[in-house]
Amino acid sequence: MTTSMIGERVQRREDDRLLRGLGNYTDDIAHDAYEVAVVRSPHAHARVKDVDVTDALDVDGLVAIYTHEDLTGRLQERGPLLIPHPSLTAPVTQHMLAKDVVSHVGQAIALVVATDRYAAEDAMERIRVDYEVLHAVVGPRNAAAAEHAVHPDVPDNVAAHMVQTIGDAEQAIEAAPHRLHLELEIERSASTPMETRGVYARWDERDRNLRVYTSTQAPTSVRAAIASILELPLQQVDVIAPDVGGGFGVKIMHPWPEELLVPWAALKLDHPVKFTEDRREHFISANHEREQVHTVDVGFDDDGRILGLSVDFLHDHGAFIPYGLIVPIITSTQLLGPYAIEAYRVEFRSLFTNTVPVTPYRGAGRPQGCFVMERTMDAIASELGLDRTEVRLGNMIRPEQMPYEFGLMFQDGRDYTYDSGDFPASLAKLKELMDWDGFAQVREEARAEGRMVGIGMAAYVEGTGVGPYEGGHVLIEPSGKVQVATGLSSQGQGHQTAFAQIAASELGVRIEDVEVVTGDTRRFQYAVGTFASRAAVMSGNAIALATRKVRDKALKIASEALEVSPQDLEIVDGQVRVVGSPDVTLSLGVISTMSNPLRYAFDEQAAIATQFAQPADPDRPPVADDEEPGLEGTDYYSPVRSTFANGMHAVVVEVDPETSDIRILRYGVVHDCGTLINPIIVEGQVHGGVAQGVGGALYERMAYDEHGQLQNASFMDFLMPYATEVPSIEIDHLETPSPLNPLGIKGAGEAGVIPGAAAIAAAIEDATGITITRMPISPSDLHHLRQES
Amino acid sequence: MSDELHEVTLVVNGRPMTARVPARRLLSDALRHDLELTGTHVGCEHGVCGACTVLVDGRPTRSCLTFAVMVDGQEVTTVEGLAAADGTLHPVQQAFHDCHGLQCGFCTPGFVMSVCGFLADNPDPSDDEVTEGISGNLCRCTGYQNIRAAVKQAAGTLAEQGLDPRQRARSASLAPEQGAVAQDDDQEAAS
Repeated sequence: MTTSMIGERVQRREDDRLLRGLGNYTDDIAHDAYEVAVVRSPHAHARVKDVDVTDALDVDGLVAIYTHEDLTGRLQERGPLLIPHPSLTAPVTQHMLAKDVVSHVGQAIALVVATDRYAAEDAMERIRVDYEVLHAVVGPRNAAAAEHAVHPDVPDNVAAHMVQTIGDAEQAIEAAPHRLHLELEIERSASTPMETRGVYARWDERDRNLRVYTSTQAPTSVRAAIASILELPLQQVDVIAPDVGGGFGVKIMHPWPEELLVPWAALKLDHPVKFTEDRREHFISANHEREQVHTVDVGFDDDGRILGLSVDFLHDHGAFIPYGLIVPIITSTQLLGPYAIEAYRVEFRSLFTNTVPVTPYRGAGRPQGCFVMERTMDAIASELGLDRTEVRLGNMIRPEQMPYEFGLMFQDGRDYTYDSGDFPASLAKLKELMDWDGFAQVREEARAEGRMVGIGMAAYVEGTGVGPYEGGHVLIEPSGKVQVATGLSSQGQGHQTAFAQIAASELGVRIEDVEVVTGDTRRFQYAVGTFASRAAVMSGNAIALATRKVRDKALKIASEALEVSPQDLEIVDGQVRVVGSPDVTLSLGVISTMSNPLRYAFDEQAAIATQFAQPADPDRPPVADDEEPGLEGTDYYSPVRSTFANGMHAVVVEVDPETSDIRILRYGVVHDCGTLINPIIVEGQVHGGVAQGVGGALYERMAYDEHGQLQNASFMDFLMPYATEVPSIEIDHLETPSPLNPLGIKGAGEAGVIPGAAAIAAAIEDATGITITRMPISPSDLHHLRQES
Repeated sequence: MSDELHEVTLVVNGRPMTARVPARRLLSDALRHDLELTGTHVGCEHGVCGACTVLVDGRPTRSCLTFAVMVDGQEVTTVEGLAAADGTLHPVQQAFHDCHGLQCGFCTPGFVMSVCGFLADNPDPSDDEVTEGISGNLCRCTGYQNIRAAVKQAAGTLAEQGLDPRQRARSASLAPEQGAVAQDDDQEAAS
């Protein structure tokens, strides 16, 4: 067999195109399409009394203006509730174009189509909308107070109320020797990919085919949504996620109004139509995440062992709830992290506010849960005067307790059960990496110099690779080239490299002979999407299984041709050969030709598969009943439940005594995502995740005022970190293979972001002695806290 | 109210090009949609993210803050103009690949062009100078660590080759001493 490439530091195969400027992002594709601009609400809550387009009609280049009344069929309905849940009692979703009322700044009201975006914006400026402004509900506390309603038929603003329990937490807390009460809060942030949303659609009347390119994390599902809502046969619709300039969760939301309106307009106008969102639009019309307010009661013993934990939180999901309860359910389960908590009660209310809707952003509820759990651990250590890592160690699930069943239900409706991991080993690695035990001296020495430095850590467990499934298709061409396709899409994770490593290793071919296509429904129709750190686990395993099928078929054909048992055959560099007799070979390309009985030869190789080329049993069909022509295979991977990755971060910060400026001096990561496919890619994912964690801890917040106006809707004011803000990261890996899947892998995409706010808060607290209960924190926030204390 | 069109002649990646554009047409849009050089990306449209950076007469410039008519008669270099005629990547492009300095690739052309301008100003930057030098560009994927490494590698390669980073890469097939002479040929061949 060719040496396995799993675990090798293989250079990325997608880079070359992207570095030459030959990437193919949605806005790159067409230069002659009509372009749209969307009239969006300037008010957080208002009745739309009139939309007057009169002045816009003579704008040069205008093609059409559509409002809600112009939409046809199911486009007049509210958008789909993507993930229904029994606890979701008020599932209000948005209209594609506002009907009578707008519920957040940025909500779409009218679609303007013109020859280019300049003309579309000219027309948009001349459209007059008459509003009756209504009271805006902003922030989860105001929503819970319910003095005003976001939607009149939901007077308490509560879309869902959910409780999950393990044991009797209240009684355990009551009986515990020590108790603490904490109030903790995380503010809003957002994915903010560098490429905004974009959709391009063209209808081919002769082929009766609608082709849609969209910057999405879920092309197969966008396709299903378009076909369903525009009432087209599924086979007339192709959806392609071309190069996607980052997703981080926001592009798993679908169908966006524009993903339906642009194809609809392209059909109606019989002309290609394109939408390219601008940055301000992205801030006010693409979804956010994170904002939660938690109340924690915890009871523990003299060693800091948690006896009972009760968490009650408010989750602000914005004006609509198309993605269901995924984020708060993840928070309420993943909050438990690596700890064996035997008495737990979690209760949340998911609340409407007049702000941009909330759907997953990398981490998807976990950073909030991690912040709550880890702040609680630090508070317990502080209360008892114990080392923070010792308190954590005492509470950790031991490797011999795996699989560990909590008795809760996870986001996929399956049992919340950890499959594997060695948390104490991860902690030991982290302490060594950062010289945790030596830090007290560092802190004291700095203090003697008048400097304030501190260290903090945070641990997390991440459910990755949620179902229901992904598939892979592997086809070996007569040339010997291996074509691999999977339905989920890519946004920079290096799938064309990692999946090629898997296929090359499983099959025994050179990676140069493998081509991978993702996110194109013409090549693979059945898929779920790229989110929840699932692509490597799901499609990686599906491709491995499909490749094994193809390998078996190749060996079967070769064994008949060479008259040797398949057990005596191996595949090396694309050649099937007899073990011990390396001269007796058949190439996979020739086997591919042999696998497909031909009537017509078009080249010399093809001639071997024609009907007179070789003796055949005249009483047997050329393709047996249980066989198919071609050297190809499709298989699916569908796990019973998620596999759980884990990790721990520690960070050293310095706080300026004068200005309260916060500087990161060191950032260490220990990460366990099971078997690594490609360490370069995994480390890159960790780096990027940490950068977003740092952003979420120190810089990024969605600053809504009391009227629901987003005050910082630009890169000028929303402080996404530059290179000057992100430290170099020291990484150590632990590899605890997952027992749940053939490759033993766990997801790695989101991990880096999860513990950032928790670890940095702990380090600031350690440096300053000020209790940190709310993130993000700016120097100004910290300065005020220091003055108050 | 039709826009008056202006004829703009630019030398883009060594090749003269003409476009008829309204006065308000951004250089980024003219490059992307009139000249169909879509390697230059637009990330924010207000000059903060740096994704649209191109070289105008050798200086890094935000093409989203520049009207096409403003660069009439000037030389513009985009990411498409860096590789050699035989396909050899520019040392800055090669370094981004070698160091895994890109993930989704959307911000990458802007980074590459900014780095070419930066290394022309400062061919041997310290670690802190590298961080400062790339701090006008936003990346949401990489956390910058590998981009910093790429800039250091590129600086080394460029120094070894004696290449002005704003020039097209040297063809791998050419001997080093022929490189300088080959510049113009390369540009001709590429256009």
